[in-house]
Amino acid sequence: MQKEYFKNIDETLISEVLPNGLKINIVPKPQFSKSYAMFATNYGGADRRFKLSGQWLDTPAGVAHFLEHKMFDMPDGNALSVLSSRGASPNAFTSSCMTAYHFESTSQFDENLRTLLTFVSTPYFMPESVQKEQGIIGQEIRMVEDTPGYVLYYNLLKCLYSANPVRDSVAGTVESIAEITSDTLYHCHKVFYNPSNMTLAVVGNVDPDAVIAMARGILPSEPGEVPESDFGGEEAETPHQSNSKATMEVSAPQFLFGSKLNPEKKGLPRLRQVLIGEIALRLLFGPSSPFYTRLYADGLLNGSFEYELDYTAGTAMILAGGESRNVDGVMNELNTEIAKIKTDGLDKIQFENARKSHYGTQLRILSSFSSLSQELANGAFADYRPLDVFEEINKINLSDVRDFITDNLSPVKLALSVVSPLERETKGQ
Amino acid sequence: MNPSTELIMSNVVLTCLQTDKFKTNCLSVNLLTPLSRETAAKNALIPAVLCRGTATLPDMAAIASKLDSLYGARIKPFIRKKGEIQVIGLYADFADDAFIPEKSDILEQITGLISEMLLMPKTHGGLLLREYVDSEKEQLLEQIRGRINDKRAYSIQRLFENMCAMEEYSTDKLGTESEAEGVTANELTRHYHAVLAASPIEIFYCGSAEPARVKAAVKASLASLPRSEEEPDMGTDIRMNSLEEAPRYFEDSLQVTQGKLAIGFRLGDCMEDPNIAAIRVFNAVYGGSANSKLFMNVREKLSLCYFASSFVDLHKGILAVSSGIEFDKYDAALSEILSQLDAVKRGDVSSHELSSAKSSVASDYRTIEDSPLALEDFYLNQTLIGPDCSPSELAALAEEITLKEVIAIAKGVECDAIYFLRGEKEEA
Repeated sequence: MQKEYFKNIDETLISEVLPNGLKINIVPKPQFSKSYAMFATNYGGADRRFKLSGQWLDTPAGVAHFLEHKMFDMPDGNALSVLSSRGASPNAFTSSCMTAYHFESTSQFDENLRTLLTFVSTPYFMPESVQKEQGIIGQEIRMVEDTPGYVLYYNLLKCLYSANPVRDSVAGTVESIAEITSDTLYHCHKVFYNPSNMTLAVVGNVDPDAVIAMARGILPSEPGEVPESDFGGEEAETPHQSNSKATMEVSAPQFLFGSKLNPEKKGLPRLRQVLIGEIALRLLFGPSSPFYTRLYADGLLNGSFEYELDYTAGTAMILAGGESRNVDGVMNELNTEIAKIKTDGLDKIQFENARKSHYGTQLRILSSFSSLSQELANGAFADYRPLDVFEEINKINLSDVRDFITDNLSPVKLALSVVSPLERETKGQ
Repeated sequence: MNPSTELIMSNVVLTCLQTDKFKTNCLSVNLLTPLSRETAAKNALIPAVLCRGTATLPDMAAIASKLDSLYGARIKPFIRKKGEIQVIGLYADFADDAFIPEKSDILEQITGLISEMLLMPKTHGGLLLREYVDSEKEQLLEQIRGRINDKRAYSIQRLFENMCAMEEYSTDKLGTESEAEGVTANELTRHYHAVLAASPIEIFYCGSAEPARVKAAVKASLASLPRSEEEPDMGTDIRMNSLEEAPRYFEDSLQVTQGKLAIGFRLGDCMEDPNIAAIRVFNAVYGGSANSKLFMNVREKLSLCYFASSFVDLHKGILAVSSGIEFDKYDAALSEILSQLDAVKRGDVSSHELSSAKSSVASDYRTIEDSPLALEDFYLNQTLIGPDCSPSELAALAEEITLKEVIAIAKGVECDAIYFLRGEKEEA
């Protein structure tokens, strides 16, 4: 067990790797009444084709998400009800690269953690319940199809990538999930839910030794094979396609643009790249940036404008978007801004402010148990410690940030997705 | 954790919750105004315009740079609907001095900045800058029109617009499109001065500073706050019964693939002298928790919907159910949702259902003490509707609620209106 105290932020990180390969990270928060635990596997919607013992296997789209729904079934009832009947708030999510089960509770943490570790490591899939779930997930798929953000996002990813499975919805399609049987679920559980492919993150009012002892006692003691996923091979540096347009029942055009970047895979280089990228995007798109404040004042952008840097399934991308009556105008301004940075560089004071501001934002994450747990889980899968950012942030230079912007946001690297209102009078009001 | 509350100026109350638990502190300034169709949009515009520029920081870039230099502090405008009171104001959250690399006085700087935004907005010839007013008006209009984008929230809003058509409650916190369209810089300036002088003000601080330090900072920075003699007539009219014998029915059609059903109820008799913990437990039994009757039966057992849940508005005495369904499941889903309420009225609630609901409510209350934002909202609600106790005391009360108390609440509940957002072509 490794224990490190971070004096600058008054936090302690306890890390352990069990003999079975499970990575455990714990941040104790003795003053709080709640505790939060996240048990995650490095398996998501994009892990559809993978190599196990030298053999390549293909699975239908949507298995990881389907498994997430069915994991809560236990021979003696439903783990969701067990946890929530103790007043805990359990939930789960599936992204392109991760499936995570988590709960927050203010009492009976040990029992709740026992339940979490037990149900996630116990496959129990009855054919009738698998069939019923196809109906429920079918509804979920339909529901997101009505969500402009969802349509924008996947249309953009289909522009950016030619083959990476992040292009397709994590939930799959009504057709692809129809192919899923209880056998598919048992198989994928066996492959991806072995402790060597998983991590446990705990933040809260807990006894770290007890957490580690419990994980050791409940989970299988032997390490497993970590499967290798096929994410569709090397992608070009530029987008597969430059833009996508759709119409939906929305009040104003919604847009999302993005670009791919060459991701650092692991360790400190990855942490540094994330930091540089986040500071760069804050300088370029943040609330004090010339781009945002000018376009906001001109009415080209509004408060819905957001941006992020996302690492998933062997790839990384910059995403930004919001709502605008003049999306072409926004894109023109963006290209002008990037060209200006290329020739004039960045303002030193603004850079210092962006760094300070990012420090404060990171400090905020320490108070959000769910965000911090998620960061710990991300860090466990990519071999870095999120609490190191407070030290590393001082080592980021102006030139790192400028290079990040000019390398990754030139016009040829950008793709654009737009969802416009249907061409008729909007009803309802 | 017990807050200290003090009247620091005429009709200005400062509540301080001193704790070194959090790495970020918060300070909010809440102006309480009566919710009404005629002024809601104007009120909603005020905090947004105040965030555009001040006498010394004339534009957004200047304000944002200042906030960046304060280690990413944020000051956000907000508009909240608390029954028939519209609360507008500014919310700041900022790093605690102890966790930043250099010595600093962020609290005083934030207090100064938030007060400057409130009292000294950027003006031209005594008027709020027309450019800022027009631009925020456009943004507000976009937001009002954009409510249709979130179909679930939209269906609930449409339910209340119809169900409470004769009550101020039907007004959305953003106001109406037609009111917003008519606002001018001239009119908004007049309204801003009136609201600033007349509104009771609630200030909330949560963080490591001593209350005396907070009070000194706030009093100094708000010294020029105008205060008028009259108190505005404010409060929420709680209707106890449904309007007609049978629930009224309303619907809209939009191009959507999934229907949204929203059902509104009056909580009824329990609102005479509301036992808040008991009402919350009742709601958790019925549809407000993961083990609730709606979740376990309508969704899990019968697969009639993708989601079905209930919530209560204790300011107004309303219960509402929201559900996403296939269009052709309308009858089945509606009848099941109503029959689950009847089950609670009959006392058909297992001890497991009751204990889960109690744990869920207790846990929700305890969690409030772990978040400055949640604490801020909790103490504002407490000021408006009580009761005078801490979240953990309410948690303990929730754990003592009996089935009898839950049944008594359920028996008073009356279904008042049903709203259905359906598709345009219904072969789906």
